[in-house]
Amino acid sequence: MAKKPVTFTHNGEEKAAFVSDGQNLLDVLRRGVGDLTPKYGCAQGTCGACTVIIDGAPRLSCLTLAETVEGAEIDTVAGLADGALSPLQDAFMTHFAAQCGYCTGGMLMSAAALLKHNPRPSREEVVEAISGNICRCTGYEAIIEAVLTAAANGGLRRTGAR
Amino acid sequence: MPLTVETYPTLSEAARAFAAARAARFMGGGTILMRAVNEADQSFDTLIRTTDRAMTEIRTTGSAVTLGAGVTMASIAASRDTAFLAPVARLIGGPQVRAAATVAGNLFAAAPYGDLTAALMALGATAEMTDGRRQSIDDLIRGGPTRSLVAAVHVPVPQGGLHFRKVSRIKPKGVSVLSVAAVLPRQGGRIENARIVFNGMGARPVRAEAAERALNGQALGASAIAAAAAHAAEGLSPRDDAIATAWYRREVAGVHLRRLLEDIR
Repeated sequence: MAKKPVTFTHNGEEKAAFVSDGQNLLDVLRRGVGDLTPKYGCAQGTCGACTVIIDGAPRLSCLTLAETVEGAEIDTVAGLADGALSPLQDAFMTHFAAQCGYCTGGMLMSAAALLKHNPRPSREEVVEAISGNICRCTGYEAIIEAVLTAAANGGLRRTGAR
Repeated sequence: MPLTVETYPTLSEAARAFAAARAARFMGGGTILMRAVNEADQSFDTLIRTTDRAMTEIRTTGSAVTLGAGVTMASIAASRDTAFLAPVARLIGGPQVRAAATVAGNLFAAAPYGDLTAALMALGATAEMTDGRRQSIDDLIRGGPTRSLVAAVHVPVPQGGLHFRKVSRIKPKGVSVLSVAAVLPRQGGRIENARIVFNGMGARPVRAEAAERALNGQALGASAIAAAAAHAAEGLSPRDDAIATAWYRREVAGVHLRRLLEDIR
């Protein structure tokens, strides 16, 4: 069966891929684009490990039909760091908010989606933002603290030199 | 069996293709259907979708709101026109699911999903089908599979408000043990035409008709609430699933209906 061409913006760069009927975005990002930061977790939309940001909204790439992202802007963890780690990633390290690390990419993108729209979220808003992500190692407290700290330190981008 | 995805620019074209296909599913947000695709479900060989922008429109028309079938939970939660439905939409899934899950997808989702549908039924919403028919949500979901597609849902804006309670084991995004939606119009302080709908108390959202009878003609006082709670599960057939047993759901349905009604008083 012929594959379909899809073009989209991936972390600010134009990308093109040929996708099969029924292929999900997670598969295209990992195998087609070579971005391994969205993790393959449950493929059922439950764990949130594959979370990416599509046109500003957090989405599950495992449940996103690849051809639906034609023309979309897709952001992944690979685009968070800008030379140095972003304040959000830094805060995850400082607060020991990642143990096995498998959920971390999805957590970071859910938090990033929140901070894009709401740079100074309340604790309740952080809890809500990461409610679609499952972590079985760290517990959520360290993650919540990390997101709140990142918000206090400038959110997604550093304001000055490191 | 290879899967084919067919994308049409208009809903009417998609509807014609859907009606003609033998083993097709219509794809909205994909939150349920993509799971099946990922599992290589062999019960369908075609996915039909549309890029018709009308599917995602929210329009206010007099005392009703029209939701395109592809309007997402996130859009409902964010729109001023659907403020009365926003508390329900915000309780469905996590943010990632809400960004994709659609109105029509919720109509056809198997239990324990269907919280929005319960609210739409309580509101007396109607579905506009691509074949021109217009039918109540109650009739639509009782009717089973159809070769026609939902184009939009017309939702009357409730004068006395929509009251909703979701019971889940995990907060804030767990799936429902059950949920209950209530619209209680009153005349001279007495309830008329109460509509109480449970999700989780059957294979699909269901009216709690015995509880409605207990409330109709009554003021919303302690005795009416007690009577409604006592009859909450009457005639309903909840199922066992990984979230709760049918026995448990029957036991607690009245408790949660009572709490909802007490909060309204």
